[in-house]
Formats: sequence, structure tokens, C-alpha cells
Amino acid sequence: MTSLRRGARYAVLLLLTAVFVTPLVWMLLTSLKTYADAQQDPPSWLPHPFSGYGYDAIINNTANPVLRWFVNSMLAASLHTLLVLVTASMAAYALARLRFRGRRLSFALIVGTLFLPPTSLIIPNFVIAERLGWIDTLTVVVVPGAASAFGVFFLRQFFLSIPAELEEAAVLDGANQWEIFVKVLLPLSKPALATLAVLSFLTNWNDFLWPVYVLFSPERLTLPAGLGLLQGAYVTDYPVIMAGAVLASVPVLILFVAAQRHIIQGVSRSGLKG
Amino acid sequence: MADVIEVGAARGDAPPRAGRTRRRSATQRGHRATPYLFLAPYLVLFLAFGLAPILFGVWISLHQWDLQLPNRPFVGLGNYRDLFSSDSAIYGDWWSSVRATGIFTLFATPLLVVVPLGLALLLNRSFPGRTFFRAAFFAPYVLGVAVIGLLWRFLLDANLGLVNRLLGAVGLPSDTPWVTDVPWAWVSLVGVTVWWTCGFNAVIYLAGLQDIPAELYEAARVDGANGWERFRHVTLPGLRPVLLFVLTTTILASANVFGQAFLITQGAPGEQTRTVVWRIVDEGLRDYDVGRSAAMSVLFALMLAVVSVVNFRLFRHQED
Repeated sequence: MTSLRRGARYAVLLLLTAVFVTPLVWMLLTSLKTYADAQQDPPSWLPHPFSGYGYDAIINNTANPVLRWFVNSMLAASLHTLLVLVTASMAAYALARLRFRGRRLSFALIVGTLFLPPTSLIIPNFVIAERLGWIDTLTVVVVPGAASAFGVFFLRQFFLSIPAELEEAAVLDGANQWEIFVKVLLPLSKPALATLAVLSFLTNWNDFLWPVYVLFSPERLTLPAGLGLLQGAYVTDYPVIMAGAVLASVPVLILFVAAQRHIIQGVSRSGLKG
Repeated sequence: MADVIEVGAARGDAPPRAGRTRRRSATQRGHRATPYLFLAPYLVLFLAFGLAPILFGVWISLHQWDLQLPNRPFVGLGNYRDLFSSDSAIYGDWWSSVRATGIFTLFATPLLVVVPLGLALLLNRSFPGRTFFRAAFFAPYVLGVAVIGLLWRFLLDANLGLVNRLLGAVGLPSDTPWVTDVPWAWVSLVGVTVWWTCGFNAVIYLAGLQDIPAELYEAARVDGANGWERFRHVTLPGLRPVLLFVLTTTILASANVFGQAFLITQGAPGEQTRTVVWRIVDEGLRDYDVGRSAAMSVLFALMLAVVSVVNFRLFRHQED
């Protein structure tokens, strides 16, 4: 009876896994086909022959410099993540551990913006970025989004959970606040910092709407923004389009596999307390 | 200087103080400016790109503000009036996009509340392979909307797509226009979104399920409650705050739908799947009419605020 139920559970789970994973496998397999092979009806699952045609087309394409987009995305997501970690952790430290006039107000304002639809910031941020001369630069995909209210909130909650006694010892050793922050609090917060880093990187790497509208020059695009162009250029040449999609997926899938436990815990924890 | 004094106090070199003052000194050691210095880098970003834009957006919406024209006359609520008066040029487009977003949200939200709950219940008990399945269901969420969009545009292609070909292979109709006609376009957009994001909600449910004390289930079992009754009387009440959270965030996320429609249906048929966010950014960032676009943003934010308030109210009433 129980083994029957267990069998049924696994059957359902495997079926669902197929639903979730098959499209991704199809993306990978198509990226390894030739143009003619991808047009076969009925389609074959495995490419025959395995072909580098799709990847060849995107790498040796000067009109759509996909590798350049990849590098742009890497740079943008890394700088963005660094900026979020530094600014959010410092602010969170002040809000969690220090007393100062305006503390409650600043925290309330920061948390308040968490409840705003992101859409409401897009138009004014575009006008601001334009005045700063940032449109169509790397800066515009790195900086504005780094004002992470979520990051501050998330780290502050984590810092509050660290016992203050650990810092008292550092005070006795004569450490100043910067030293306490860097040498005591940050090392104790590695899991939270890692979670925030991964989430920030994923968000920036995957961002689509903003880069599509604030970047124009082909050599300045991020990978997601460029993929749209690729679709326009290769309308039904799916091996090429899927090769681009694979290129955009691989870094985040690797990051996900490496940090899976952290991401999922980070999501559920921040979700419930948000 | 002040640093030294404060640290000295904490060391106990200074005369003993009352407990309350001592506690204050523990959290207030250091120069008075120190907290602000810690806050400053973030605050610059936050003021420039988080707080000021909110007010600036309202300000822009009160002007006839075209990025390509030098003059920006103040028009008061003129932009808002245009959105509500049927003889304005933007009226039809705007409300058609509100309708599109409404349809999407209405169908996506219930599925994204219920399906992930089912997944979470399946995964809640510990059994070999649980981590693998959890990762498999969550994996699509890690990919960006650009990848998801391109992938499903391909899979749903009426002729070359895997979906129609698989349907044909098992003897079902194989010529469904998934991305070019309604209602199929809606089925596609909602279906893809559920596939893409339901792992996220499932993870939140899982965390909620783990917070329900096992003793409650034991007690229900002793009282002779069957599986459905335990779900009805233990699981659901225990999940109430999580359900409210999932419902609210899902409505907000669904209402902000953009990339799927932009890439998969490309607005088709006609402009029927062109959503509010798409309309807003096109008006402002493609046609450079930021005044009108900002008015749309403000109106849209107000609509979502109303939905959230109603949502909270309904939930509270149910509890009474």
C-alpha cells in the first residue's frame, strides 16, 4: 500500500520533471542542429549530425556581436552585484546596529519603496539617466537598479539575528565601527551576503525591459537585450536563436546549481518575512 | 577623539553609569557622523533612483512633456483626463492594454496560487531525490524572460514548434495558432508564465509548510481526520499568512507582465496582448511622450494599490 503510494508519487514527480525540463533540453539540442535538421517533420530529438552551426553563426557575426553582449552582461551583472553588496551592507549595518537621528524614517522609506510597482520608477529614472548622460552606456544598466531596498532590508534582518555580544568583544579590543563591520559582522554574514550576491547577479543578468529601452548601439547591448535582435535577424533559424538562448542560460544555470540551496532558502526566508 | 572616549566608557575606565546609559553607549560608540557615513553610499543611490523618481514621476505627469521638444507646459491633470476621455487619441490604446493585463492577471493568478501549492505538498515530506525535484521545478525561474520568450516562441510556433508536433503525433489537432490568435495567445502566455514561475511560489509554500507544527497533524490523525480533512483544517489555516503573501505578490507580478507578451505573442492578434507595462514604456521610451507615460504609471500604481488593499481586507474578513 505505502510502496504503491510511493510509486505513484514518483510517477507524478517524474512526469512533472519532464514538463519542467524538456523545454530546456529541447533548447540545448536544437542549438546543436543544422538549419535543415531543425526543420525536420516529424522532428528528431537528437541532432544528426551534432553541429556547431548555431554557435558558429552567432560567434562569427559582426552585425550582432553576441560574444560582446555576453561580456557586457558579465561586466554589468558583476559591477551591479558589487555595488549592491557594498552599499546595502553598509546601510544595513547602520540601520541594524547604530543609533542616529532619522533611523526609523530612513528605514520606513526604504521598506516603503518595496511595495511600489517597479513600473512607476522606469519613466522618471529614464529622464534622470538621460540628464546624467548615461543612456546607451554600461553605467545605466549597472547603477540605477543598484538602489536595492530589498538588499538593505534582507541584510538588516540578518544582522539583527547576530548576537551583539560578538561585537562587544571587538569593542574591548579597541576596534572602531568600521573594523567591527568589516572584521566581525561581514565574516559572520557570509551566507546572507552570498544569497544577496547570487540574487542580484541573476536579476541584473536576466533584466530585459530596461536594457531594451536604454541601450541602442549594437556593441553596447546586454545579452538579453541583444537576443531580441537575434530573433529579428534569424526569424526561423532556430539553431542560431537557441544557441544565443543557451549562451544566456549557461552562466545563471551554473550559478543556480552551485548555490541552489542558498537561493531557495534565501527566497523562502525573505519571502516570508517580506 | 570621540571614538576614544566612547571606547573608554565601554571598557569601564569612565565612572560607572546607569544600565540604560551603558546600553546606549554600546550601540552609540563612535563619532556622531559615523552612522551617516555608513548610510551615505546607499542613500545617494536610493535618493537618486528610488525616492526622487517617485516624486519626479508625479511632477512629469502634470506636464505636457515630450523628450524631443524644448517646452514642457504645465497641464495639471490634463494627461490623466486624456486617459479617461473617450475622444482622446490614447484612450483606446490605454484601456485595451488595461484589459489585456486584466485578462492575464485574472487567469494567471489562480493557477499560480493553486498549482505551486500542489507541488509543495508533493515535495513536503522528505524522501530520496527531493532536492533534485525541487531544483528541477525551480530551474526555469532562474532563466530570464528573454530566454523564456525566445524558447517558447519556438516551441509554440504553429508549424515548426514542438508543441503542435507532439500534439499531432498523438492524433490531436496540430495546427493551433498558439501565438497569433485568441484565445490561444492567452493560453500560451498564462501557460508559459505558470511553467516559468510556479517553482518560485512552491518554494515559499514549502517554507510555510515546514512552519506548521507536526503535533497539529498528529492530533488531527488521532481525532480520525482523513487526508483531505487534515489539509482543510490544519494545512490551510496554517498557511494563511503565506497564502496572502503569495496571492499579493503574484497579483502584482502578473499585473507587471511585459516580456512574455513582447517576445512570444508580440502583441498579436492585432494589439490584443499588448499589456499596460508595454504600453507605458512604448509611450515614454519609444515615442518619448514621458508626460503621458508618467500619468499612465501613476494611474497604474494607484490601481495596483487598490487591488492590494482590497486583497488584504478580504483576507481579514475571512478570518473574523
